[in-house]
Amino acid sequence: MSVQLRTPSLTLLVTLGAWLLAIIWVSPLLYAVWTAFHPPAYAARFELFAPLTLDNFARVWNAAPFARYFLNTFMLVTLILVCQFVVCTMAAYAFVCFPFRGSNVLFMIVLLQLMIMPEVLLVENYRTLSKLGLLDTITGMALPYLASAFGIFLFRQTFKSVPKELEEAARLEGAGPIQVLLRVFVPIAKPTYVAYGLVTVSYHWNNFLWPLVVSNSVQTRPITVGLQVFATVEQGIDWSLVTAATMLSVAPLLIAFLIFQRQFVQSFVRAGIR
Amino acid sequence: MTASRNALYGALLLLPAAVLLWVFTYQPILATLGNSLYSTPRGRRASVFVGLDHYQTMIADPVFWKALTNNAIYALTTIPLSMALALAMALFVNAKLRGQGLVRMAYFTPTVLPMVAVANIWMFFYAPDYGLVDQVLGLFGGGGNNLLGSKETALGALIVITIWKEAGFFMIFYLAALQQISPTLIEAAELEGASRRQIFRRVTLPLLMPTTLFISINAVIGAVRLVDHVIAMTKGGPDNATVLLLFYVYQVGFAFWDTGYAAALTAVLLVMLALIALFQFGYADKRVHYR
Repeated sequence: MSVQLRTPSLTLLVTLGAWLLAIIWVSPLLYAVWTAFHPPAYAARFELFAPLTLDNFARVWNAAPFARYFLNTFMLVTLILVCQFVVCTMAAYAFVCFPFRGSNVLFMIVLLQLMIMPEVLLVENYRTLSKLGLLDTITGMALPYLASAFGIFLFRQTFKSVPKELEEAARLEGAGPIQVLLRVFVPIAKPTYVAYGLVTVSYHWNNFLWPLVVSNSVQTRPITVGLQVFATVEQGIDWSLVTAATMLSVAPLLIAFLIFQRQFVQSFVRAGIR
Repeated sequence: MTASRNALYGALLLLPAAVLLWVFTYQPILATLGNSLYSTPRGRRASVFVGLDHYQTMIADPVFWKALTNNAIYALTTIPLSMALALAMALFVNAKLRGQGLVRMAYFTPTVLPMVAVANIWMFFYAPDYGLVDQVLGLFGGGGNNLLGSKETALGALIVITIWKEAGFFMIFYLAALQQISPTLIEAAELEGASRRQIFRRVTLPLLMPTTLFISINAVIGAVRLVDHVIAMTKGGPDNATVLLLFYVYQVGFAFWDTGYAAALTAVLLVMLALIALFQFGYADKRVHYR
């Protein structure tokens, strides 16, 4: 549906409203960007020709192990993404192609995790990790998220739309269950994998509370926790440093978003609408 | 294929997911309920059964009630406001204006930022004397405000941040829904002589109901689950003005190390989430499926 605004005055009003809201919306971000790229003397002062500098970023980069934090986040997100793909694909395939008595009830029980996410259970999950000896490890940080009800749900929906004939044709050619999955179902579900992948990457790149509780050293801390540790130490002293650190830590995801904006938005919609 | 082979393949394929979900979702739910009836083990003292002691403590605990009220205020303001703004944004972006792409990007960008980064950006934005908010207030003769540091304004300041971060996310779902509404419906209404306002109220808004439900469930979960900004900005202060339930669980569990009481607090959260789930499956689904 495209709304035709026929009266020019109304069009102008709506345009102004839209732009005003947009400007309000980006102003906190732009204010932080301004401070991050200018010397501390211009931290909260606007002068059009104030000298630009990358000095704040250099100081931040040298003050805390941000490279290591990025590596940790990268490892955490990769581990979660790969395992979620495998675990959720297998489970969804079972629900669609190998139904047994009670599998529908089982599916409903799985969906419970949509409501009660691992963060809410952090006290018990912490206890479990400590029993397993996995505190302060990236594996431990990833474990509660590896089986995602959301992923199982999404893949199941997609697999259900695969025509039965394709599946049977593959089977007649002598393909076993795993081959059918890999040759028929997974290729058809490719857009769903991309959509789910983007959603899960941005979720876990940004995740904070659980990693904060589990990680306790530079070797495991992801970027969000690293930023928090850095900002707590610097807090209120040097805004140039805090904003530069913030911009630095959001840069990879933000740049990726600005480049692949359309795919991001479509993925979120595709993952949400079902 | 026979039923027993189905069951065998099904079971093998489900095994990894089942083990993980049991260990990190279902087992902890049961353990939370169980442990909420036991005292916290301290040093050499093992935990003992204390019945409903923790729940009695909770009823007498002013911070718990503060967290509960704060969370209610927080949910009841952030959810409707961010959804209304999201709808407005979607209508703006859908109206095919000049610079539509830039406007959409402006609305959506906060969504891809981590809450901790958002917290830092806004701490600077709110900073007394330095921040843009305080500078603007200063123009009207009311500068020098410590918005995050005073009891009256701190929760409101967090609410604004949450709306800022969530509205753009909800917008894209409304936008997708708006684009799926068939133009013939609108044209038919126009032929019948309906005004623009009538079309919006009688055609567009009802067709957006399923999306509204989907978004509101997401928003409720978010209002319970996301406390990153509380940790990063206020630590629940000043004077518990910004304590939310999950933050209190975190504080009791990992700052005071009172795991028994934390379990009881978690149990309350679980009951609340269960009630919301029941509402969704039972009541709301029936109200919305009219098509």
